[in-house]
Amino acid sequence: MSALIRAAWRYRGFVASSVANEFKSRLSRSRFGVAWIVLHPLAQVLIFATILSSVLAARLEGIDNKYAYAAFLMAGIACWSLFAEIVQRCLTVFIDSASLLKKVQFPRITLPMVVIGSATINNLALLAMVLLIFPLLGLMPTLYVLWLPLLVALTVALATGVGLLLGTLNVFARDIGQVMAVVIQFWFWVTPIIYPVSIVPEAFRSTLALNPMVPLVMGYQNVLVYGKAPPLGLIGVALVALVALLLAMLVFRRASSEMVDIL
Amino acid sequence: MIRPALVVNGIGKAYVEYGGELRRFASWFGVPITLESQHWVIRNITFRVDPGESVGIIGQNGAGKSTLLKMIVGTTRPTEGDVSMDGRVSALLELGLGFNLELTGRENAVHSAGITGIPHAQISELMPEIEAFAEIGEYFDQPIRTYSSGMQMRVAFAVATALRPDVLIVDEALSVGDSYFVHKCFDRIRKFRELGTTLLIVSHDPGAVQALCDRAILLNNGKMVLDGEPREVFDYYNALIAEKENSTVRTERSADGRIATESGTGEAFVDRLDLLDESGAAVEYVGVGQIVTLRAYVSVRNDVNRLVFGYMIRDRLGQAVFGTNTHHTGQACGPLASGDRVEISARFPMNFGPGAYSVSIALSETETHLAKNYQWRDLALVFNVANLDKSTFVGSAWVPPVIQIEHVATSAASEGLAR
Repeated sequence: MSALIRAAWRYRGFVASSVANEFKSRLSRSRFGVAWIVLHPLAQVLIFATILSSVLAARLEGIDNKYAYAAFLMAGIACWSLFAEIVQRCLTVFIDSASLLKKVQFPRITLPMVVIGSATINNLALLAMVLLIFPLLGLMPTLYVLWLPLLVALTVALATGVGLLLGTLNVFARDIGQVMAVVIQFWFWVTPIIYPVSIVPEAFRSTLALNPMVPLVMGYQNVLVYGKAPPLGLIGVALVALVALLLAMLVFRRASSEMVDIL
Repeated sequence: MIRPALVVNGIGKAYVEYGGELRRFASWFGVPITLESQHWVIRNITFRVDPGESVGIIGQNGAGKSTLLKMIVGTTRPTEGDVSMDGRVSALLELGLGFNLELTGRENAVHSAGITGIPHAQISELMPEIEAFAEIGEYFDQPIRTYSSGMQMRVAFAVATALRPDVLIVDEALSVGDSYFVHKCFDRIRKFRELGTTLLIVSHDPGAVQALCDRAILLNNGKMVLDGEPREVFDYYNALIAEKENSTVRTERSADGRIATESGTGEAFVDRLDLLDESGAAVEYVGVGQIVTLRAYVSVRNDVNRLVFGYMIRDRLGQAVFGTNTHHTGQACGPLASGDRVEISARFPMNFGPGAYSVSIALSETETHLAKNYQWRDLALVFNVANLDKSTFVGSAWVPPVIQIEHVATSAASEGLAR
């Protein structure tokens, strides 16, 4: 394990430049370049807000603001898009770099690190945008936004654990990638992102508690929209993320010697 | 004793069937799993390479060359045995891997230097040198998608060899574009070698291996067949190719300690091979430009449809200097019956430079010895060329020039002298 960390540290410059290159190449050929990073999730917010606000806006209790639902959506989607991007890209990161892995000797852990780096920067850009837009919608950020770094870190940790674990297994059993495409969609809908947790029927509440994304998304919504501390369930998420990360590292280490034989 | 630069100790690679991915996953967690099957692609490879030595690895497709290289480079872990190396290793297994088409040559250069583990500060120091070596001018700051494939290769090679490694591993697939740049690349590899870089080259190209290597290792079906002088190994390799038809290859050490390889079905064979001067006497030392005759006495053992005689003259490095056969000259003979005898003479001026040469001969049905090979024999004859009566020259070919010098202007000073 310490060898893994040492290798990653030795390659920090490489990881940083790879992340930078990703942004550069995205910039080079599209007119709006980096703006798309923020425009995609905002467009998603716009779609949901337009379609669902008449249905749900009235039920968003506790805030007296006509943009409250849009803000609520933005907070949830900021969290979800970070999680989903890391998981989805980690799923195929080794398969996509097959030829490189076969021919060049370098620490393989750098590949998911590049994914995490660029996804996190994407997300920070989105969060910055959110913090700019909210005052315009009449929602003044409170001191609770100081929770954000912790929330981002936990989301990254959980996504990395899940993504690295499944991404490693996906090299050997490619069905995992296909199944996860469906699971991620399903997961989105069973997480209170476009609906508040309050409208979930009592019968399903206990099931909701099994979803580690729930406290995270609620955490974002709490600190950004409601101006209060994240739910206590965050401690559980931290534990789940830690276990997922450790398991992922263990599997990754065992698998990495066999990975190239399969690719 | 010198500490070897590379030690390959009994390595082997087996591809394993777990019989289901769940069983594979379980095995990572220490669950004892009986393997469904184990398929060894290469096994029992042991050799050591001293610092500054260069070794060629040759073998037919599927012989295990790439797997061996991958294990040495470290992208694949050997199933058994181990590899140890001293110093910085650089591998040119494939050029231009991981290039991003949208980025400039410079950005890609930084990226691929980074992937080989060169720290960032050092990369910036190396950049001018990389740019100069690639010689692609303005294009260096243009996106790679605008490059020709040759230009991409130039950047890739320049980066991959920016630092002199202690061990350089090169795959044959080094198509680096135009011949000018190929020369430049080999020149750089040669320079590295002079400075003490250990070289490991995988190739099919006899020229490259013989020009660059002190030693060659022949792999066949995942086993190490021969480890020796490049010329010996190549002769054996040629014979192996010819021997797909399933007759025997044997090598015999000739009187001067060289290994000669012979193969073939033996349906027709050369009894005797002579190099004769114009008076018909056998010669071993030949003067530059002297007219000689290479004469082969062929006996036919079984009826054959067609008989092609070929010969190839090689220099002391084993590189072909000249070769042809009676198919190409339109003189194939046959059908021939058992017991027939044929005398084939090739008369030519010895327009070679001074040095030692060997003759390989082949008897076959068609123009290649791959199809139906009656006999293939390396080192069938050895002779030396000496410069007896020509002006001094260097090189392996005698190309007599007519040099003309005209005095087109006369200076005042020399006019004064003349007066």
